[in-house]
Amino acid sequence: MVMEKKNYSFPDASGHFGKYGGKFVPETLIAPLHELEEMYHQVKDDPLFQNELMQLHKDYSGRPTPLTFANRLTKHFGKAKIYLKREDLCHTGAHKINNALGQILLAMKLGKKRIIAETGAGQHGVAVATVCAKFGLKCVVYMGEVDTHRQSLNVFRMRLLRAEVIPVTSGSKTLKDATNEAIRDWVTNVKDTHYIIGSVVGPHPYPMIVRDFQSIIGREAKKQIQEKENRLPDYLVACVGGGSNAIGIFYPFIDDEQVKLIGVEAAGYGLQTTKHSATLTLGREGIFHGMKTYLLQNKNGQVEEVHSISAGLDYPGVGPEHSLLKDISRVEYVSVTDNEALEATKLLTEQEGILPALETAHAVAYLNYLMPRTSKNEIVIVNISGRGDKDLNTIIENLGKTK
Amino acid sequence: MIEEYIEKVNADNEKVLSIFLTTGFPRKKDFVLLAEKVLHAGADMLEIGIPFSDPLADGQVIQYSSQAALESGITVRDAFYFAEEIRKKTDKPLIAMTYANIVSNYGIDKFVNDASASGLNGVIIPDLSLDEYDRFITFQKEDFDIVLLATPTSSEERLIALDTKSSGFVYYVSVTGTTGTRNGFSDEDISAMQKTRKLILQNKMLAGFGISSPENILQIKDFCDGVIVGSAIIKKLMNNESYDSIANFVSELKKGCKITL
Repeated sequence: MVMEKKNYSFPDASGHFGKYGGKFVPETLIAPLHELEEMYHQVKDDPLFQNELMQLHKDYSGRPTPLTFANRLTKHFGKAKIYLKREDLCHTGAHKINNALGQILLAMKLGKKRIIAETGAGQHGVAVATVCAKFGLKCVVYMGEVDTHRQSLNVFRMRLLRAEVIPVTSGSKTLKDATNEAIRDWVTNVKDTHYIIGSVVGPHPYPMIVRDFQSIIGREAKKQIQEKENRLPDYLVACVGGGSNAIGIFYPFIDDEQVKLIGVEAAGYGLQTTKHSATLTLGREGIFHGMKTYLLQNKNGQVEEVHSISAGLDYPGVGPEHSLLKDISRVEYVSVTDNEALEATKLLTEQEGILPALETAHAVAYLNYLMPRTSKNEIVIVNISGRGDKDLNTIIENLGKTK
Repeated sequence: MIEEYIEKVNADNEKVLSIFLTTGFPRKKDFVLLAEKVLHAGADMLEIGIPFSDPLADGQVIQYSSQAALESGITVRDAFYFAEEIRKKTDKPLIAMTYANIVSNYGIDKFVNDASASGLNGVIIPDLSLDEYDRFITFQKEDFDIVLLATPTSSEERLIALDTKSSGFVYYVSVTGTTGTRNGFSDEDISAMQKTRKLILQNKMLAGFGISSPENILQIKDFCDGVIVGSAIIKKLMNNESYDSIANFVSELKKGCKITL
């Protein structure tokens, strides 16, 4: 795998994306972070490692995922052509497997025998439990207690995969607390344990490593759209919680300035309420989970409890690279509400026969705002980051309310 | 000031006992009284924890006290107010302990100035690594110490570097893990501490994490200049033990700091 030469070149050698990122962790974790970084630099350009990973993507995960022309959805809006990058078709049902496969190979290179992970919606937990089953490693997944109820199917899936799922009862009992608990586990069991972080968050080198593993999405999409349309798209749209699927599709296009990049956050009950997860839209600089980044916090610097109908977007922070991309205006960050996401779930299902995850539905929902300002000769690609089977309970409970 | 105080205690052939309390825990109204009793019972230093919603380095006990303090409305200003009140009653070192976001949200200049004005002598920031130190500590004040942490996983090179940067003392995290009580120290823990001690040459070294009894102190006192006890105290406060019973416990711990084998 050869990385494109880029004008845009972050993080810097010290692990910062401009003023964001860095390593704000207890000293105990510095040694394993350095060790991880060193190993990653070794394998990054090692053809053996990259071939092994590509083989797994192809034969195990089912890559490349298709770029599907959304014929009826395009007609529905009557504007630009809409293509869907189908990460929902990956093994385990979301883009999370891309990173899990990369990191499990890294963990084995590091000689680690035990894997830990945090999970919100459960998609990352399932992906990690899956690769641990495949390679025979012990797996512990931390999941907020609230999320274990919202996503009970995924809890069962993880247990079926022989992962130990530990419900986290501290704080808001969601993704942020699951991440705290995973980091505490890592501090304690640092010798034999590798922490597979699920998004482009946490201390350096994680935001870089996860981005690189996820950027296969954008590299494929770039090639596929060239084949189909012989040109680059005009817009890329992706949902942003921690921001891994978004960075994954954006990153290979960052130097193509004509391609507009749009990240869609969760506005929950609405930006005027306190029940949202729109970190980049309403947050400010803070230090959280080992990184400096935009953060939803109160005036005293305490992290806010956030809300989204989708457990995967329910996070008060965001990847530090997104913070930089916002500040340099390379990506436009917007938000849509729970109800808009639910409606978009229906729309995509009815128009294209694709049931998106509630996270993904946020990206689809933004088409209502974006499409009217596009023209027929333009092209939009939406990253369909995951499928919605896991959300059926939530969808059934909520769709009644909006009607 | 902190270093001189540690030297003075050590000169009497005693190890330093530093006690951690969470600001305003278990109650705001007589927190100063608790601090006074702890100091009077033999604590040489007091660490005043300023609560953060997401304390990564802390185990369940201090998570609990932090959460309770936040629910009772404790802010940085309250911690400074209490420090001011405690300072009126003691000449011993008082040190703030809090997370990077609390300091940066308050503003590093303002934090150092206000903390210092309230009688605090330094700050411990457990998620501020050496890697971020220069970008983060953009303001310093004579006689206000920034204490860095060393751990069993720190390389020799890092130990030397953080010994150079740290002031007041070096906080040695005696086990890999979060704060909280454990069943004594393994031979491995002890040998890591001995190794570290040999490399910390510019500062005094105090050991913390997992120290909860006079027996624990006896096990490690020869390899450090003092010990820090937090969770064991907070746990007793959680169980509604009286302040006098806490004071008795502190004097037991201090006895452990004095015995020479």
